[in-house]
Amino acid sequence: MRWSWIDIITQVQKGKRLTAIKNVSMAEDVLHDHFPTQTGPGGEALDALPVMPASLLIEGMAQTAGLLVGHAGDFREKVILGKIVKATFEREVTPGQTVRFEATLERMDPSGASTVGTITAIDHASGVEHHVGDVELIFSHIDRNMAGVEFPDENFVFTDNFRALLRSAGMI
Amino acid sequence: MDRDQIYAKVTEVLVDALGVDEDEVSPTATLTSDLGAESIDFLDIVFRLEKTFGIKIDQGELFPDNVAQNPDYVENGKVTKKGIAELKARLPHADFASLEADPSVENVGEVFTVDAVVKFVEKKLK
Repeated sequence: MRWSWIDIITQVQKGKRLTAIKNVSMAEDVLHDHFPTQTGPGGEALDALPVMPASLLIEGMAQTAGLLVGHAGDFREKVILGKIVKATFEREVTPGQTVRFEATLERMDPSGASTVGTITAIDHASGVEHHVGDVELIFSHIDRNMAGVEFPDENFVFTDNFRALLRSAGMI
Repeated sequence: MDRDQIYAKVTEVLVDALGVDEDEVSPTATLTSDLGAESIDFLDIVFRLEKTFGIKIDQGELFPDNVAQNPDYVENGKVTKKGIAELKARLPHADFASLEADPSVENVGEVFTVDAVVKFVEKKLK
């Protein structure tokens, strides 16, 4: 199973903004456990409640924003997530919805970058878009920050997973 | 902007970046041991200071990078006298009393007090 929490990049402005979407599917393993059928406190049967975990929504934003930061530096740097500055959620995301991650680059320098992002759920049943949450992140350019410590030469951050995505968006 | 105004804004930056309460921030509080800052937080703090005060801070200008890995500064896990002298020259805003008392490389973070950050911003704004 590939660790890809975004399906396609829909918009990119190098060094400024990147938008990606993810379709949430009942076929995803994680939704079977989050949350499964359970027995309630009174012994009653509770139906399964499949919702996308907030941690994976943060991961989707981290991938979106990470590609934005990487692309801004022409993928020379190994961009890794350093800090989740803020992550607030006001709504659940459920199967059948499409999640849109919009990341904006706030600041970037040789040490790393900071991004702000919005998560929106597109509900295809009703046609309504809902604001799901906001995530602010800080990324580190590890080779710059860890000069003297060895890292493999090839960029282990932007692997095949991401290369296919980037190629289809014309970013590499 | 006077010193009190700078101090107030620096406090706000530290409260937001480190998740501490306003009353935990005092001029002598160290960013690392007292306020719990880690290296990634230093980057967050630099970005916020740039944004708040409209200044540009170069890499290593406020917080020196790679001290521990630099053989010129560190020997056997301790910062050398030459290392301390060099750091003092590069970071005139920092407070070296604690590091001079115990020059273990783990203590380098102790030079960064809230006051050191305020002094740095003051100088940048002049």
